[in-house]
Amino acid sequence: MSKEPVAVVGVGQTKHVAARRDVSLAGLVREAAQRALADAELTWADVDAVVIGKAPDFFEGVMMPELYLADALGAVGKPMLRVHTAGSVGGSTALVAASLVAARVHATVLTLAFEKQSESNAMWGLSLPIPFQQPLLAGAGGFFAPHVRAYIRRSGAPDNIGSLVAYKDRRNALKNPYAHLHEHDITLDKVRSSPMLWDPIRYSETCPSSDGACAMVLTDRTGAARSPRPPAWMLGGAMRSEPTLFAGKDAVSPRAGRDCAADVYRQAGITDPRREIDAVEMYVPFSWYEPMWLENLGFAEEGEGWKLTEAGVTELDGDLPVDMSGGVLSTNPIGASGMIRFAEAALQVRGQAGEHQVDGARKVLGHAYGGGSQFFSMWLVGADAPDS
Amino acid sequence: MTRDIAVVAFAQSDIRRTTEESSEVEMLMPVLHDVLHRTGLKTADIGFTCSGSSDYLAGRAFSFTLALDGVGAWPPISESHVEMDGAWALYEAWVKLRTGDADTALVYAYGKSSPGHLRDVLTRQLDPYYVAPLWPDSVALAALQAQALIDAGDTDERELAEIAARSRRAATLNPHAQQRGSHPQGDYVVTPLRHGDCPPIGDGAAAVILAAGDRARELCDRPAWIRGIDHRIEAHSLGVRDLTDSPSTRLAAEKAGAFERPVDTAELHAPFTSQEVVLRKALKLDDSVRVNLSGGALAANPVMAAGLIRIGEAATRVHRGEADRALAHATSGPCLQQNLVAVLEGDPR
Repeated sequence: MSKEPVAVVGVGQTKHVAARRDVSLAGLVREAAQRALADAELTWADVDAVVIGKAPDFFEGVMMPELYLADALGAVGKPMLRVHTAGSVGGSTALVAASLVAARVHATVLTLAFEKQSESNAMWGLSLPIPFQQPLLAGAGGFFAPHVRAYIRRSGAPDNIGSLVAYKDRRNALKNPYAHLHEHDITLDKVRSSPMLWDPIRYSETCPSSDGACAMVLTDRTGAARSPRPPAWMLGGAMRSEPTLFAGKDAVSPRAGRDCAADVYRQAGITDPRREIDAVEMYVPFSWYEPMWLENLGFAEEGEGWKLTEAGVTELDGDLPVDMSGGVLSTNPIGASGMIRFAEAALQVRGQAGEHQVDGARKVLGHAYGGGSQFFSMWLVGADAPDS
Repeated sequence: MTRDIAVVAFAQSDIRRTTEESSEVEMLMPVLHDVLHRTGLKTADIGFTCSGSSDYLAGRAFSFTLALDGVGAWPPISESHVEMDGAWALYEAWVKLRTGDADTALVYAYGKSSPGHLRDVLTRQLDPYYVAPLWPDSVALAALQAQALIDAGDTDERELAEIAARSRRAATLNPHAQQRGSHPQGDYVVTPLRHGDCPPIGDGAAAVILAAGDRARELCDRPAWIRGIDHRIEAHSLGVRDLTDSPSTRLAAEKAGAFERPVDTAELHAPFTSQEVVLRKALKLDDSVRVNLSGGALAANPVMAAGLIRIGEAATRVHRGEADRALAHATSGPCLQQNLVAVLEGDPR
């Protein structure tokens, strides 16, 4: 049984900022959705179903907000699904929407992910006391720092790698009008001298808290033929999960991530990702995750990822650009962060990425992860339609 | 050419008012073992896994991440989660099987209402700017709907009492149900709803295995084929909806093919007696259809699992040869805002 090819024909984002006090939750999501529809030159009536995702409901204090948001997203009378897979949710949401098209259940699907962190307090949302469970070790940075230290110990990476990633991503963000952080006076020295938060992660090597939403219009072959702008074709997509904590887990390079990438490459016919993939939008909330994920995703041998970063390979004008948009380090509306990676990958192969466009990008990977490096979702999109 | 997909196994926990002694994982594990045992499958044999739950019941963010431990997700599995009733997790799994990416799927759902005050917790589902700050609780909203039905002449308190009595009488044959047998209608909770018109508050878990084509025949003597499944949502604000009707249920049923031939059995997710009245009308169910032989949500309503249980109960009757064409319904949101309908059939006998 052959699947229907899936095309991205519309992408919309809000300008991501610390607090969007001028709009409600409904106003925020509608802004991104309308931009995606405008990009596709479609109307609400062209949408057959809506798939929405976000990270924990406690971040805004609204239980199952899709119920309240049905009207704002034009979903009344339509099917509406709500996905939640922790930090990977933006990617998973896009994949669930893509499955609806691939399975020929619907022809055109609107998918959207958002977070409006200013409505509530994310730190408090993650800190509700649970009996008999360890607290979250002072936020996500506290959880991930030991894994970064383990990576440095295993790989022998010099201690400046994290700063190089942050400096690159914050400069890339200056070319992306939707990015949250626009640090015009950024220097490598400023990154290096920023306060240490969770050794070895410095203040400038961490993601901000953002309000924002990202939407995409996915459609079938017929819909793609009508698209006013070049579509991005999904060449492969997969999700993988493993437990958060268990004795055999490799927290530096989780097997779920490796398996997920391998599945995507198999679907897309990729045998040498380093050569065949042109750029990567990678989920890097703390700078050191760039070299770590370069290895996990098969772009470098184990222990070698930092060498790509150090050599400038992952710069915007490098041989394998990573996080051209500025990445999660520059923009982090948590629930939307994964979908932004997927959407930016689509913009690149459509040639619609503006100032942060990579020349000749034909195949780009979008990557997301969540929980304690537990949930992974990825897709590879291309400028050319898949065979078959 | 689309592939046929069936429910091949179903398991559920006993639904109880409190399960203080066990965590969500501990509540879930026996159910997962049970459903796998029914097919002889192991976690590693399953092509796709999807779950439904809500952080707000557990009172903590990312509550579902630990539940995954109960599945035994090693080596890593292809897995997803909806922050919805498990019926919608089943829908996502059904779509995944339709793509051909997997031949089997494990779907599970769980909810523990006991740690909090459910009527208060559910108010947090409402429009956060204009409605939620007023804390209108789930019973009060259902009472608005019930009063609208009575005012429209669609029902009366006597009929509602009969629905309550019939449901709990049926539940005497359901070993997992929380409220069984005779149960007084009692005093008004919120007029016109009495205690008997309202669902019990309970904790519970459920799991289903889906399989495609020949795989389903290998795993089950009489698979419950999903002939159609669809779900629709309505506007959130109660002020713009006709509470005496459920157009989303009717549309979902139409898309699922429910009206093409009569069903013999229906499992309706109607937490309040008055909602059964609305659903029967939307689904055009007459007295020839056996409705809620399990006792329905009036006998056990574990939030986030109750919809999946309706599909499981309907499928089980097909498995046992007690039904040939069954309808299963799940709902979400205040006053039946979002509704899912599945039509399940056994092979001709």
